[in-house]
Amino acid sequence: MAAVCLSEAEKLYIVHGVQEDLRVDGRGCEDYRCAEVETDVVSNTSGSARVKLGHTDILVGVKAEMGTPKLEKPDEGYLEFFVDCSANATPEFEGRGGEELGTEIANTLYRVFSSEGSVDLKSLCINPREHCWVLYVDVLLLECGGNLFDAISIAVKAALFNTRIPKVRVLEDEEGSKEIELSDDPYDCIRLNVDDVPCIVTLSKIGYRHVVDATLQEEACSLASLLIAVTSKGALTCMKKIGKGSLDPESIFEMMETGKRVGKALHIALQKILDEEESLGTTRQKVGFLG
Amino acid sequence: MAALELLSAEGFRPDGRRPAELRKLRARMGVFAQPDGSAYIEQGNTKALAVVYGPHEMRGPRSKALPDRALVNCQYSMATFSTGERKRRPHGDRKSSEMSLHLKQTFEAAILTELFPRSQIDIYVQILQADGGNYCACVNAATLAVIDAGIPLRDYVCASSAGLVEDAALADLSYLEEAAGGPQAALALLPTSGQMALLQLDSRLHEDRLGAVLEAAGGACRAVHAVLDRVVREHVRELTALLGD
Repeated sequence: MAAVCLSEAEKLYIVHGVQEDLRVDGRGCEDYRCAEVETDVVSNTSGSARVKLGHTDILVGVKAEMGTPKLEKPDEGYLEFFVDCSANATPEFEGRGGEELGTEIANTLYRVFSSEGSVDLKSLCINPREHCWVLYVDVLLLECGGNLFDAISIAVKAALFNTRIPKVRVLEDEEGSKEIELSDDPYDCIRLNVDDVPCIVTLSKIGYRHVVDATLQEEACSLASLLIAVTSKGALTCMKKIGKGSLDPESIFEMMETGKRVGKALHIALQKILDEEESLGTTRQKVGFLG
Repeated sequence: MAALELLSAEGFRPDGRRPAELRKLRARMGVFAQPDGSAYIEQGNTKALAVVYGPHEMRGPRSKALPDRALVNCQYSMATFSTGERKRRPHGDRKSSEMSLHLKQTFEAAILTELFPRSQIDIYVQILQADGGNYCACVNAATLAVIDAGIPLRDYVCASSAGLVEDAALADLSYLEEAAGGPQAALALLPTSGQMALLQLDSRLHEDRLGAVLEAAGGACRAVHAVLDRVVREHVRELTALLGD
């Protein structure tokens, strides 16, 4: 991550501001930065989305490939997460430098999506024990300006919303051998229901208060953060403390309450954007990185 | 199944282009705020991002520093979802290492490295969507990013590929045409002087035809140059307008 060096005075300025519910960029403690979301930006994926949250820039591509179901869940498909911290974000990620952070984020995503019902995995099954869809969710980190986890989870949800999996039929002949037939119509596809896909809200403890969507400067002032995954109904699917400091139990409950409230609002705002984009259909002018 | 017709009797290619026609080229400079320079380019369906950091102090072992010029460090990577079939790793495989080396060679020829002794310039390119001409898109994007970073160049570096089908030289090959396996050349050109920064020819080609292929690639490079130059001028105009007069 781009290294930020703050002097004591600068840190104090940020901490005192947070105490007064006024942050350096004029936001309150529970406000997100302006986010840009665009789906369907990479045409050779099953679904893709780009999210820009302040200076944090994330591109997610979902590819559906056929695989074999896992032994313990023979009638379900599964999701695979991979996070590429590209050298675009910072020269430190060159070569294998970004692998550690990438693995950490990918593991967090696995945990966030581990709760049953976040995605209907049964709909990804083609025929039990033999074939299922594997959704490869590949996250590409292009620029980091703080609050990676939230931006990534928003992008993943948007990309899953955008995902279209071709419909296939299983034909069985007299000898019992099975054949998979792909639908001729490219528009004949399965969409995922993303209503219960959680979003991550990271709450950073700064001084005696906590803020959401911390910038790099604010992250440098915060000793510990609590990462929670919230569904649109306000249910928590994952919780994790990150950062080198410690948190006391009381503040954890406070942060959870804030996280739920902010998370619900986030889901509503995101769903509204996604629906708007969807309603424009093919008439939408794709902006991508050119805008 | 009949082989795919790469050039119809009427002289059209599978995507409807004429032999010497380029794909639609769109570009933008200054995509990101944190790096010193950045650019994005679309050549048809091939999309590439390039960022430049530097010139800065040497990172890592100081012994690598060159006493008389700057070290150009390149990394080429492809997003795992960029290709038709999913890639397992974005960089570090043999093909991307080779690409990184090619980029390094190209930009060492173009950047005035002797102005920055003992320092380092990082160029990172990322293919977001691959549809043929990946190397060329990367070079063109990186040129814009280097210009955006304000690093002095001898000239623009413009790259394009060309191939040969039934005696006709095709410029700016798409993935379909590359995959057909005919002879193809990648050329990086410094258009004003006509110098070649990189030339690579794959598969067998008769010497007599080389001229035609190079001519097609060179023409395409000059066309790319015109577009890049327009993008740079527009970008600078916008910047100056923002600064006020």
